[in-house]
Amino acid sequence: MRDRRELRDSLLRVRELLRKEWRQIFRDPKTKRIIFASPILQLLLFGYAVNTDVRNAALFVVDQDRTRESRELVDAFTAGGYFRLVGRSDRPADLAAALDRGRAVVALQIPRGFARSLAAGRGAAVQVLVDGTSSNTATVAQGYANRIVQHFGLDYADAHGQAIRGGVDLRVRAWFNPALESRVYNVPGVVAVILMLMALLLTALAVVRERELGTLEQLMVSPLSPGELILGKTIPVAAIALVDLALVVLVAVLWFHIPLRGSPLLLLVASAVYILSALGLGLLVSTVSSTQQEAFMGMFLLFLPMIILSGFMYPITSMPWIFQKLTLLNPVRHFLEVVRGIFLRGAGVAELWPQIAALALTASVVLTVATRAFRKSLG
Amino acid sequence: MTGAATSAVVAVERLTRRFGALVALDAVTFDVRPAELFGIVGPDGAGKTTLLRILAGVVRPTSGDARVRGVSVARAPEAVKPHIAYMSQRFGLYDDLTVRENIDFYADLYRVPRAERPARIERLHRFSGLGPFADRLAGKLSGGMKQKLSLSCALVHQPEVLLLDEPTFGVDPISRRDLWLILHEMVAAGVTVVVSTSYLDEAERCDRVALLDHGRVLALDTPAALQARLPGEMRALRTDDPRRAAATLADAPGVLAATLYGDAVHVLLARDAAPAAVRAALAAAGVAVIDDAPIEPSLEDVFIHLVGRPEARRV
Repeated sequence: MRDRRELRDSLLRVRELLRKEWRQIFRDPKTKRIIFASPILQLLLFGYAVNTDVRNAALFVVDQDRTRESRELVDAFTAGGYFRLVGRSDRPADLAAALDRGRAVVALQIPRGFARSLAAGRGAAVQVLVDGTSSNTATVAQGYANRIVQHFGLDYADAHGQAIRGGVDLRVRAWFNPALESRVYNVPGVVAVILMLMALLLTALAVVRERELGTLEQLMVSPLSPGELILGKTIPVAAIALVDLALVVLVAVLWFHIPLRGSPLLLLVASAVYILSALGLGLLVSTVSSTQQEAFMGMFLLFLPMIILSGFMYPITSMPWIFQKLTLLNPVRHFLEVVRGIFLRGAGVAELWPQIAALALTASVVLTVATRAFRKSLG
Repeated sequence: MTGAATSAVVAVERLTRRFGALVALDAVTFDVRPAELFGIVGPDGAGKTTLLRILAGVVRPTSGDARVRGVSVARAPEAVKPHIAYMSQRFGLYDDLTVRENIDFYADLYRVPRAERPARIERLHRFSGLGPFADRLAGKLSGGMKQKLSLSCALVHQPEVLLLDEPTFGVDPISRRDLWLILHEMVAAGVTVVVSTSYLDEAERCDRVALLDHGRVLALDTPAALQARLPGEMRALRTDDPRRAAATLADAPGVLAATLYGDAVHVLLARDAAPAAVRAALAAAGVAVIDDAPIEPSLEDVFIHLVGRPEARRV
């Protein structure tokens, strides 16, 4: 009987704290902006600005052959929309100059006798130079150039009744993202980044603000227990994170037309588990910070490595072995796989349970450590 | 255990708290009676804040114990909390909440019944004068008003014991006086108040005072009794060279203590010493006495005498 009354009082105290938190959150226009505007802004940024596809790469052509065939090859380059002709010349010296001055990213040299060699069935060689200073563009452009030249050769042989040397023709088709658009890959990833950022930052700030104001001390001498305080501080953040989740998913699907092939319910459940680990990390940051600036710094010290080691922008498979192992501790990594799996592949529990289990494990470990550290930090 | 101890609202017994090698409190023992205004006086670092935080149940004692309303703070700190109010030096207010919302929040937290609230808040407003500002954001209040709002928040659950840690720190003189008037009203209404301060003139307003230094209670009594403890006669000397006078008198026969006090020198004379001998010593040192009169010793004089070091004057 007494236990039940204590539980009731405890829940009521949490409710009062929640009421106060809501009041503060919705009173401050700055907080509102952070909650609603920043996720949208990030989505737009990653949806539009961060584009790893290569389109309209500047192409410089040195055509020493000046035949119908050489012009057709140049047309093949520019027709697909991948390359844009920025200049042409017949002097090889201009080739290097165009790359040096940054006028072109890709330079194509067609040597004299190109058409003649083709006609004789001896096969012909062209030279493609790429600017390696932007390695991503260079690699992608190189791939396109390869394919264009290969196709050109095959089509020519076909049209002129020549035998095709070498029997294998590689035709690659990308599943789940047929056009290999980076947006389709990036936008679901933003869900993971935004949820982590929001939950981590808001939790850390919510607690540290009270410490800075001196109200935390006041709460500790009140009947409010540390556990009740943690609940009162994290529940609003979790709610905000879920609202952000809905917001981001809606914009991704309705605006960017990213397909949501899997179960929205599974996405919600996985997100909830993921948010728990973010809340724990936020709490952890708050225990070591006495000012909001410190909390900000601590937040970024944690957030940046987590993003870098998540596979959000840099593929995990190209990391050194030790870092690949480290990513297993990173909830962002697991959640990214879940989000992309649900969005793009339509994956379900059967495929994603290892990641979800890993998320649940990290969440419970982080929360346990964080609540313990938090109680201790209260003195 | 004495009769006084059993009726004590706060009973502190050999309370010790160490932070690493630092002994913040060293076997502190005292009792606070019901509806008493009890002062804890000492310089910065004497252990006042630690003592109050232990009584509030937020710091655990290393050894010893304190019972607040019979509840041990060492064993059941949570059980102490509903019956006390603790106001730290910097009582935190939510700047983005109004006066009313701040008070309401604490009323909610302590589960003050809704029916009782209007009357209580009305009473709090009466002494604080905050009524007309109920809808103003706490961040927009003046320092003195913030202090009164803090006190209102601390009192809204009608604590039986009020613990205040340097409540007048950084508060203007008018608000300081108001605050003490409020404290006296609280005590008159039956609340037990334990207040720490480093202002000795404030300590004189307390019923009883514990002088705390380096974690130890040097003396505990009513302000008057403490003043009467001074062995000898206190005189204030005004001279043409106060510094030289103080230095000369410190070594003069029959002088127990000589301390600079603004442009005067307070001299504590042994009971059998002649004031004339003092003037003679000064004349020999070439200091001319302008004025020499016996004065009522202040708590500050007592404290300096007990602590035995001039730095304590700055408390």
